[in-house]
Amino acid sequence: MNTETENKTQEVASKTMRISGSEAVVRSLIAEGVDILYGYPGGAIMPVYDELFKFQDQIHHVLTRHEQGAAHAAQGYARISGKVGVAIATSGPGATNLVTGIADAQIDSTPLVCITGQVFSHLLGSDAFQETDIVGISTPVTKWNCQVTKAADIPAALAKAFYIAKSGRPGPVLVDITKDAQVGELDFEYVPCKGVRSYWPVPKTNPADVQAAADLINAAKKPMIVWGQGVILGKAEEELKAVVEKAGIPSAWTILGASAMPTSHPLNIGMVGMHGNYAPNKLTNECDVLIAIGMRFDDRVTGKLDSYAKQAKIVHFDIDPAEIDKNVKTDVAVIGDSKDSLAQLLPLLEAKSHDAWLQEFKDLYAIEFEQVIKGDIHPEKEGLTMGEVLRQINEETKGNAAIVSDVGQHQMIACRYAHFNVTKSNITSGGLGTMGFALPAAIGAKMGAPDREVVAIIGDGGYQMNIQELGTIFQTKVPVKIVVLNNEFLGMVRQWQQLFFDKRYASTEMTNPDFVTIAKGYYIEAKRVKTRAELADAVKEMIASKDAYFLEVCVEKEDNVFPMVPTGASVSDVRLS
Amino acid sequence: MNEEIKTFTISLYTENNIGLLNRVSAIFQRRHINIESLTTSQSEIDDVFRFVIVVNITEAQAAKIVKQFEKQIEVIRAYYHTDEETIYTESCMFKIKSALLFEEPQIQNIIKDSNSRIVTVNKEFFVLEKSGRRHEIESLRRDLNVFGIMQFVRAGRIAVTKDEMRVTDMLMAFNNHNN
Repeated sequence: MNTETENKTQEVASKTMRISGSEAVVRSLIAEGVDILYGYPGGAIMPVYDELFKFQDQIHHVLTRHEQGAAHAAQGYARISGKVGVAIATSGPGATNLVTGIADAQIDSTPLVCITGQVFSHLLGSDAFQETDIVGISTPVTKWNCQVTKAADIPAALAKAFYIAKSGRPGPVLVDITKDAQVGELDFEYVPCKGVRSYWPVPKTNPADVQAAADLINAAKKPMIVWGQGVILGKAEEELKAVVEKAGIPSAWTILGASAMPTSHPLNIGMVGMHGNYAPNKLTNECDVLIAIGMRFDDRVTGKLDSYAKQAKIVHFDIDPAEIDKNVKTDVAVIGDSKDSLAQLLPLLEAKSHDAWLQEFKDLYAIEFEQVIKGDIHPEKEGLTMGEVLRQINEETKGNAAIVSDVGQHQMIACRYAHFNVTKSNITSGGLGTMGFALPAAIGAKMGAPDREVVAIIGDGGYQMNIQELGTIFQTKVPVKIVVLNNEFLGMVRQWQQLFFDKRYASTEMTNPDFVTIAKGYYIEAKRVKTRAELADAVKEMIASKDAYFLEVCVEKEDNVFPMVPTGASVSDVRLS
Repeated sequence: MNEEIKTFTISLYTENNIGLLNRVSAIFQRRHINIESLTTSQSEIDDVFRFVIVVNITEAQAAKIVKQFEKQIEVIRAYYHTDEETIYTESCMFKIKSALLFEEPQIQNIIKDSNSRIVTVNKEFFVLEKSGRRHEIESLRRDLNVFGIMQFVRAGRIAVTKDEMRVTDMLMAFNNHNN
């Protein structure tokens, strides 16, 4: 070969390489900046795992103990880091086991790229071993999905997948790759996706809408903000704070919006919704302008729609036009990216304070404190409460920890009482309400923010739904702190049975194993606390530990979470007992 | 918004994607909306496909569901229109015993009066094709049913709107933005 041809070949080689489809998968991930992914190997994805083995100095694969764990771990990673989480699984059961995590990510707008292996393309539709139509199955719970049957299509499919997952309103995508596409060859060149012509991720904000919103807010006597996760996803925490402070508006949050503004902020008036705070629920039906920012009026937030904020003008900021007028009819809709639209709003707002109106929230908070909060976090009864565990954790972590919770009573208590100084700190399964979310999500969260303290708060029911992930913690040595609030019941269902089913506790009482022994079986430091006297020291020891730590707190068996807006009731009918 | 249930024609301009039909039908299924008819074809733009879907729903539902369609990555634009806002038609085919043409002379008048067209004739059967509004097709079916129909099939509604769709403008805007 003469020098000239050699140079030319090298030139081409630097742009494109002849490689296998599975190597293209791994190189595409690296090109997208992925340095960690969660998964479980199996027949139809083995070629990709072989490449992951070769590239382990550049990309770290975490072997979970179940594919559901991989999906939730990727979610936890994405939620705390703001980056795309990646999960990988084989065909058939491997793929279907991801589905709960995908559905969770879809309803909570979490950017996820899931890669599944698939049988050879000539076997598709033949009921081959471990063949399942994962594209069909995942369609209703993905933002986008596709099947790749040719090696040459892999880089573009993954580029599109990452672009769609993270742009606009984020969400999970799934790319199903047949085994022949993995073993086939292609000329690899990675071109990141910059746009899809049928998809406009961030609709342009109309300045006239922002002005109309500002006019309503400036004229309001009793304005109230309810912000959601859209603020966090839009990285608009500073813009929100500036708007809240300039216009002096009492501001509440949805469960997924928690931590976007510090708990201690004087205009932070707490959580709305079924187990939210008394004042913001009650006063939703007294405000004159309700400003919803990056939230979607979920039924758990609104209670009975027919009597939700009927007296108020509704202003709705959202990136997703499909959310406008979906549940609550708006007077002014501002469509667009929250960071941008709030920045546009700020100069149009008049500097104000609403002291008398804010005092109404404080007065109702005082009632809630007396009747609910005091007994939750400073109990005088003998049994331990979930609330006092949270208080203890707040004290030890100074409100700087990320709290990862599952679903149920412990989740409501965690969201109500955890102190948040830092954004992206409340990682919980909001929309889907997935038991089993917290343990794997905490693993992903700790790996996504290794410098942060990550505390998983889990009920004894949900803990056992993905308890196998203790194996992942043991193997990776990821120093997560796990608190199981054990009331030996599926507490939230039991609470409903008590209140609405005449105390018929159908299948909610749990005979639990020795959780401490189980944790120790995985060589995880573990302790059980049964009395108040032991609690403070145990929490201190857990937070001080450099390694993973398991703490079981045996709490009162039949405590209830209040306030409560019963299903079908109006938010202003929120109950304190 | 009006809560009266009406016939709406939903038009989707889409990329040609294998999974899209599944996504589209899932959106109806989740909301318990029955699809009266669904037709897909090439649109006026090369490489862009068009769904024409007929449903009986309220306008509030139509407005919400169209936003759900627009949210799908491969849907370029989605619209809903009332019957008054569209020009629409359906087509159908009848397979009938050829002998009837001679035994029942009335059939020839029915064919003439209904503006239907004979596509083919052989010894055993002939095939009749008719385009028009639903009531015209139904009336023809009733008339022919008296003599016996071997096979009948009706295709879904196709429709064009009185308004401009401006999908080309949108695609050009994307190309300008990205080039």
